Amino acid sequence: MDWAALRISLWLGAGTIAILLPLGVWFGRLLAVRDFRGKLLVEALVTVPLVLPPTVLGFYLLLTFGARSPIGQAFQSLVGHPLPFSFQGLLLASAIANIPFVVQPIQRGFEAIPSDVRDAAACCGLTPWQQFRRIELPLAWPGVLTAAILTFAHTLGEFGVVLMVGGNLPGQTRTLSVAIYDRMQAFDDRSAGIMAATLLAISVATLMTTTALSRRMSPSRG
Amino acid sequence: MLRLFGLPDGVTQRPPTIAAAANLNFALTEIANQFERERGTRVEVVFGASGTLTRQIRDGAPFEMFLAADEEFPNQLTAAGLTRDGGAVYAIGRLVLFAPNGSRLKVDERLDGLSRLLNAGGVTRFAIANPEVAPYGRAAEATLRKHGLWDPIRSRLVLGDSIAQAAQFATTGNAVGGLIAYSLVKEPALADKGTYALIPQTDHPTLRQRMVLLKQATPVVAQFYHYMQGPAARAILVKNGYEAPR
Repeated sequence: MDWAALRISLWLGAGTIAILLPLGVWFGRLLAVRDFRGKLLVEALVTVPLVLPPTVLGFYLLLTFGARSPIGQAFQSLVGHPLPFSFQGLLLASAIANIPFVVQPIQRGFEAIPSDVRDAAACCGLTPWQQFRRIELPLAWPGVLTAAILTFAHTLGEFGVVLMVGGNLPGQTRTLSVAIYDRMQAFDDRSAGIMAATLLAISVATLMTTTALSRRMSPSRG
Repeated sequence: MLRLFGLPDGVTQRPPTIAAAANLNFALTEIANQFERERGTRVEVVFGASGTLTRQIRDGAPFEMFLAADEEFPNQLTAAGLTRDGGAVYAIGRLVLFAPNGSRLKVDERLDGLSRLLNAGGVTRFAIANPEVAPYGRAAEATLRKHGLWDPIRSRLVLGDSIAQAAQFATTGNAVGGLIAYSLVKEPALADKGTYALIPQTDHPTLRQRMVLLKQATPVVAQFYHYMQGPAARAILVKNGYEAPR
């Protein structure tokens, strides 16, 4: 078992949630309650990472932030190391790849709130912020939780973009999924097997949790 | 468990990390362990295809040293001004024709068995490393071309991302055989998985393996670079099937 790799994976999952969840709540709610011109395009753009091959994301990130690009060189002179092949670079890649996993469940969560609930809250004299915190967020909470769990699980399973942007550096960018590949290549099937079983167990537990949550969230309520 | 909760390295500090061609998987791990026992300092080794690692170094990967499977890839880095100097040849690699236990392929150094099996339509999958990124794959291609087998076998080839993955395909019986690195099949754990024949070095461009120190190399890694040229490392390389550089 590569403990360092498990640690990187857990940090990456937690970091991605920390970055995306606040943005997801704001944006998911916006998409749920507002209609605006070009909404269809915006929704498509938010969903694109879901269908985009990870190699496309990896390619663009390396092209944009690699040591040979002007942006990459600027970043390097600012921070002292290039963005790719660092944990921060992985975090950025992971955040982009997980946008749909955050926005969609949250959007569904807010959409499930009937509009007369919102009107009633406004009638009672609640400010928009109070309305959001006391009424909407608690009602949409299962969606937010689903978003967090899906993001975490998806980050743990991310492979292609991690290998491309991270480069399999032990203690820095070698996540559990990359470590399995690395151990396979080193003919160390035993370690690969232990780590694969670990990831399988985590994934099953995660999906069971989300299914249980989505049942509680189903429309029969209210 | 404490290790589980520490922040990722690089947020705090970076361990010295070197990049090495995948054919070095067993030999370099052994040398790094020996180095750690003797000098008390650890270097992390990341293995991959020479071409892949070259690309990563050019894109800014924080490796301090690069041990390639050929001379061309490290020379590219030197030309790009990323290395301290031209580096040194540390070993000469050998290619073997490998057939896993139970395979219908009979191995010989002239590839006669492979040719026969190919004509009989018995080659379903044959493993080599991707010639674009792996010098051992390039040597395999040259060998197959020399024996006039490249065109007939092309559609049957399964390409490994690196020579280690090609060896994985060949030794696990997922291919009838493969042209892979001698240094990988010398490992006792793999040696009993099949039979192999050494390919004459005249069949392909010599696998002169060059190493370079990168600009950002720390003193520990510079020490390791010299250690690679010393008798202890040489002995391990020879034991793992490499020839000493001429």
